[in-house]
Amino acid sequence: MAAVHGDVHGHGHDDHHPTGIMRWVTTTNHKDIGTMYLWFSLTMFFTGGFLAMGIRAELFQPGIQILEPELFNSFTTLHGLIMVFGAIMPAFVGFANWQVPMMIGAPDMAFARMNNWSFWLLIPAALLLISSFFVPGGAAAGGWTFYPPLSTQGGLGVDMMLFAVHILGASSIMGSINIITTILNMRAPGMTLMKMPLFVWTWLITAYLLVLAMPVLAGVVTMLITDRHFDTSFFNAAGGGDPVLFQHIFWFFGHPEVYIMILPAFGIVSEIIPTFSRKPLFGYSSMVYATASIAILSCIVWAHHMFTAGMPTVGQLFFMYATMLIAVPTGVKVFNWTATMWRGAMSFETPMLFAIGFIFLFVIGGFSGVICAIVPIDIQVQDTYYVIAHFHYVLVSGALFALFGGAYYWLPKWTGHMYDETLGKLHFWLSMIFFNMAFFVQHFLGLAGMPRRIPDYALQFADFNMISSLGAFGFGLTQLLFVYIVIKCIRSKEPAPEKPWEGATTLEWTHLPTPAPYHSFETPPVVK
Amino acid sequence: MATENKVENNLTMMKKLLIFTVVMFVFGYAMVPFYEKFCEVAGINNLLQPDTLTQELETDTGRWVTIELDANIRGLPWDFKPLQRSVRIHPGEPVEVMYEIVNNSDREITGQAIPSYSPRFLDKHLRKFECFCFSRQVLKPKEVKQMPVQFVIEPTLPKEFHTITISYTFFELPVGTPAINEK
Repeated sequence: MAAVHGDVHGHGHDDHHPTGIMRWVTTTNHKDIGTMYLWFSLTMFFTGGFLAMGIRAELFQPGIQILEPELFNSFTTLHGLIMVFGAIMPAFVGFANWQVPMMIGAPDMAFARMNNWSFWLLIPAALLLISSFFVPGGAAAGGWTFYPPLSTQGGLGVDMMLFAVHILGASSIMGSINIITTILNMRAPGMTLMKMPLFVWTWLITAYLLVLAMPVLAGVVTMLITDRHFDTSFFNAAGGGDPVLFQHIFWFFGHPEVYIMILPAFGIVSEIIPTFSRKPLFGYSSMVYATASIAILSCIVWAHHMFTAGMPTVGQLFFMYATMLIAVPTGVKVFNWTATMWRGAMSFETPMLFAIGFIFLFVIGGFSGVICAIVPIDIQVQDTYYVIAHFHYVLVSGALFALFGGAYYWLPKWTGHMYDETLGKLHFWLSMIFFNMAFFVQHFLGLAGMPRRIPDYALQFADFNMISSLGAFGFGLTQLLFVYIVIKCIRSKEPAPEKPWEGATTLEWTHLPTPAPYHSFETPPVVK
Repeated sequence: MATENKVENNLTMMKKLLIFTVVMFVFGYAMVPFYEKFCEVAGINNLLQPDTLTQELETDTGRWVTIELDANIRGLPWDFKPLQRSVRIHPGEPVEVMYEIVNNSDREITGQAIPSYSPRFLDKHLRKFECFCFSRQVLKPKEVKQMPVQFVIEPTLPKEFHTITISYTFFELPVGTPAINEK
């Protein structure tokens, strides 16, 4: 690392780029695009969060108070779509844009212009989704999985949603082609595949999953559109189609999609844990192989979403065992993180708190996943709040907590300023408490039989629903604190230390100044 | 020179990935015939073909099974009903029931009926020889049509089922669409 400083001073020349709005519209800089992705996903996070608040407000008490059932269904549908395609996925792409080139010693992404397109495609898609609330017939209301026959029957709102999903899919495919090419072709000399930081590895595998799954989604959305407008009968029983076929194709995309949203989170956590344990990651190569195994297994388990849709027992058994098998590589990861912390010189700054919170809560979500995989239990809990609790434990306290952790971890590198540690810790603890308050009780509601996607419920569910709603309101408000912390950090006058985390070992910390210059690694570093 | 190579490598990579993307898009469509073939081989969803009896069935006179008949219309100006709400039979005994459809509109309409059973594995124990659902039904304006369904419930039906339901839903077939088993 002695060669570090010679490289740093090579970037003294000015970072000429257009100013004002045109800087952002025309930019091909991976850092600018990463920043736009992150702000976009934060905006969509609050849009989806607003819908979640509406859902929880309606469920605060039994009866219909705020949202008519049709609008309630639109809220649950759009909450899911916006959070999955608008918040979580673009946030990870934002992280990839910022971090992948810096972590492998590349000057930028492989296809900088395409990178700009993949971001700007998101805007019309988001506008289509949001404005669909205001067209006659309202937004899509058949659930985020848009199963036919509901999705072949709805009005203009459904068409807008389907078109938005198409655009988002195209953006994801372009983004992942870019990421794969960058990682495979543009690594610095000496940066062999097995020396890459784990965040880069998880994104490489995620990007492959994206080019595998997203075109299938595009196919199924196209089939729905032709069923709706061009008299085909892929899913229309009258014309010889089969609605269950939709579920198979959708979940062939949908299950890899689940791992697309969690693998980069694994990557972020695998960067944070070693840094704050001041030890190298335990079992690096087994982490890589575990990630690859999860990705491969994720392609053969889709029908566990459809156990009650009707399938031969042999099929149910296959998908049950294949699903349970995923617990093995996932367990390898959890044990590796734990072993990394074991006897490490640990400190508990905000990123580390979020990473440990991630492990703790993600494991709960993982276990409830294994429970849902068991066919006889799944037939009981299908479409109940148990499933809601399960996937919010893996997506909120999983993907989202990792995103928060990663944001705190890299904010000093991105902005050049330190975030407010006290407020960061407060954000973590409030999130932790309110998250569990909102979602833990939903396990009980689900086991007691409360169905999802219904605006009203039987009286015996009232207490737990009120607790859950209060937790959700608290969780929502807490996230405003995050925005405050980020803005305060950006506006702070005080420069961050060159290397605020002494345990960090990846290139962006060891080979680049803080904040990272607009153009980095124009001369590739040499990795020993 | 080195940068040109790099750009070329990147473009080659992009081409490969784009081809892979197209292949996966086609794969999504390929799942449609694959699914149909799979269901055919596995004997699932085979509801619209006449069955034949391979051997004489013995009538299980030891028990009665009530067959409830249900009829639904989806977006058609038709009336559709069974002439009897239910029949009581012994498993193994041949049954004939009648359904009636009426076209209330002033235009000729083609419809297709899709069956649905409860319990859902009933198709394993139901042998249907004649059904209006095997072909499309064309009704002239104001036409009334009575149509039979002939079938037998095999004695293999598990003993705990005393009541089963056979349901049909009529959908409109757009002009020019072939009926399902004419494909």
